[in-house]
Amino acid sequence: MGISTENCFMLKTFRIGGIHPAENKLSAGKKIENAALPAQVMIPLAQHIGAPCQPIVKKGDKVKVGTLIGKSVGFVSANIHSSVSGTVNKIDKVTDVSGYKRDAVIIDVDGDEWEPTIDRSDTLKRECRLSSKEIVEKIAGAGIVGMGGATFPTHVKLTPPPGLKANILIINGVECEPYLTSDHELMLEKAEEIFVGTEILMKAIDVKKAVIGIENNKKDAIARFAEISKSYPGIEVQPLKVKYPQGGEKQLIDAITGRQVPGGALPISVGAIVQNVGTTFAVYEAVQKNKPLFERIVTVTGKEVKNPCNVRARIGTPFKNLIDIAGGLPGDTGKVISGGPMMGKALPDIDIPVAKGSSGILIIPSSEAKRKAMKDCIRCAKCVNVCPMGLNPTLLMDLTEFQIWDRAEKQKITDCIECGSCSYTCPANRPLLDYIRLGKGKVTGIVRARKN
Amino acid sequence: MENKLIVSPSPHIHSGDSIPKNMYGVLIALIPAFLLSLYVFGLDALILTLASILFCVVFEYFISKFILKSEPTISDGSAIITGVLLAFNVPSNLPIWILAIGALAAIGIGKMSFGGLGKNIFNPALVGRIFLLISFPAQMTTWPAPVLESATDAISSATVLSQLNLSSALPTLSSMFVGTESGSLGETSAIALLLGLIYMLWKKIITWHIPISILVTVAIFTAILYIFDPQPQYNPIIHLASGGLMLGAIFMATDYVTSPLTKKGMVIYGFFIGIITVCIRLWGAYPEGVSFAIVLMNGFTPLINYYTTPKRFGEKQKNG
Repeated sequence: MGISTENCFMLKTFRIGGIHPAENKLSAGKKIENAALPAQVMIPLAQHIGAPCQPIVKKGDKVKVGTLIGKSVGFVSANIHSSVSGTVNKIDKVTDVSGYKRDAVIIDVDGDEWEPTIDRSDTLKRECRLSSKEIVEKIAGAGIVGMGGATFPTHVKLTPPPGLKANILIINGVECEPYLTSDHELMLEKAEEIFVGTEILMKAIDVKKAVIGIENNKKDAIARFAEISKSYPGIEVQPLKVKYPQGGEKQLIDAITGRQVPGGALPISVGAIVQNVGTTFAVYEAVQKNKPLFERIVTVTGKEVKNPCNVRARIGTPFKNLIDIAGGLPGDTGKVISGGPMMGKALPDIDIPVAKGSSGILIIPSSEAKRKAMKDCIRCAKCVNVCPMGLNPTLLMDLTEFQIWDRAEKQKITDCIECGSCSYTCPANRPLLDYIRLGKGKVTGIVRARKN
Repeated sequence: MENKLIVSPSPHIHSGDSIPKNMYGVLIALIPAFLLSLYVFGLDALILTLASILFCVVFEYFISKFILKSEPTISDGSAIITGVLLAFNVPSNLPIWILAIGALAAIGIGKMSFGGLGKNIFNPALVGRIFLLISFPAQMTTWPAPVLESATDAISSATVLSQLNLSSALPTLSSMFVGTESGSLGETSAIALLLGLIYMLWKKIITWHIPISILVTVAIFTAILYIFDPQPQYNPIIHLASGGLMLGAIFMATDYVTSPLTKKGMVIYGFFIGIITVCIRLWGAYPEGVSFAIVLMNGFTPLINYYTTPKRFGEKQKNG
């Protein structure tokens, strides 16, 4: 369908707040390279929002690439597959991205033997004759989760609550976090596959229209997608103004459709379902190639990093191995972050395994790793102006500090998407989001207790 | 190596914005008005401004060091702004010792007695100005003629607004806009002050909501009066270009600490400042009402903050 005509002239964006941090896309344009197989992988059993998986292998079991090793329990959960072939060494607690020690299957790698059902060819397979239900089942079976970082099980998103139906599919190619380029590179190298994945998702939720949103700092991807979209009816490419946090689900829906999801509601309430480009590619591979989700693209980057790059890594590979591909841990390292600088998690060490939600490894030099001393609030209202949810961060911080939960609830503290724009902007270096996160957790607990 | 990694919650980067950056940005925005005051009032303006800055900074330093026993905060630039704004609000021939008293009231009462920057309720410079206006009414309302017009600068002349009240001959509008008129130091040139506004908007130090709602309110209110009774004292253009309205609307009412946080609140605040200003100017005892209007609305700011909320995402929005 090409780029919708109006958008050639004007870039769309969301309407409330937002910031524009230095983009620092150091690894942009770096071709995806395959990481060497590690000697051992640690595959966490909780890589998604929802219940952790039940391990179905035990010590000594032989597994192949793609063998199911963790079965999802309950609806909101996702299967886990082996990313390597070899022998299960043990099931043990391993520090994962959350910083906590949690159950993981540890496998000693031996060769690289894949499950025979997986189609390893590179040929594009466009045709899909499966029904909507079969597609969703296949996605659930492959253990696909939101790969932008939220890791919400994809099959759950594709199964709207009764009575609600989507009328638009939005594909998130925004990648608004500074530094990260894994989605960008994937869009350049697997563009056709992403379009087929989009068609499959459209079929799964029975919509006639899909829009792929891409920020305007990825002009090459926009051009390529616009070209390909001509042969994919119903799929449109929408260039977007560069503004953080445009990759936030609610912000992206607002930017593309002009519909705003009400507080506490799901995107489906305005008829939209959003999927990340990485997820869409995983859907293509799962449905067309029978390939479960056991590898992903990870950006390894940082100002001091010798060779910032985009790496295809098996789930469970230690971060350290990927950092070595990028030239090793720089001498001046203050912080190692899983994800981007705005919403990523700082890690206690670098032996943590890659998980389904690991979009990047960012290494920050020590000079930028520490926060400056906090000053009194000067009530400049900059945090209020940048909040993309229309909240009053300085007030929410005060209400949390003084534990005034009823007012915090009325001031919509639970609407916070934790994008960090407030803390980023504050000229007094106040840790606004730290407090709001605390208050949000507390108020969520109170609300839940009241419902029960 | 690993145990040396720093772990903290996100976000892990910062804009680099700081309190001094904003304060020095305001000072840069004040430069055009300052240069014009030098041109109009000569050396007096320079001496008065420097003295005022010195008094404010020194008072803040000693009060924080010896009375509050806290880390002095003079380097953040806020005391310098108070000094400049106080000087901009007095006539160029004000005795230095009176200015010192004003600075002490501004910093001591207006700012430090509340605990310093961020905690004060009223705009410190205006506290100083009003303190002087009440304590030294004669000295505070006798303005020397600009040195441009007269070789002897001790001759007193009325400001445009007091001329309005006295119904005497008015100066030309162009001289009011350019600023070659008598008045307090920083308030004579609307153009110089507007340049400062443009700079602050460009640098995103402030948003348009407060200054524009004040100016628009004053313009509309006086225009309505002017339509019914076309007397010069109701002329909206004279009101906009005269006196401290521009100075107040652009630099005093926009003070971060003492103005509302939400855009809705800012518009309400600006609207009432405009209304009160015109009421005092036309029907009050003082020729100038901006200072009183701002300080009055400073007092209402916590209440405005309590009752206004930002425009929430997903709430009462047209869904397209």
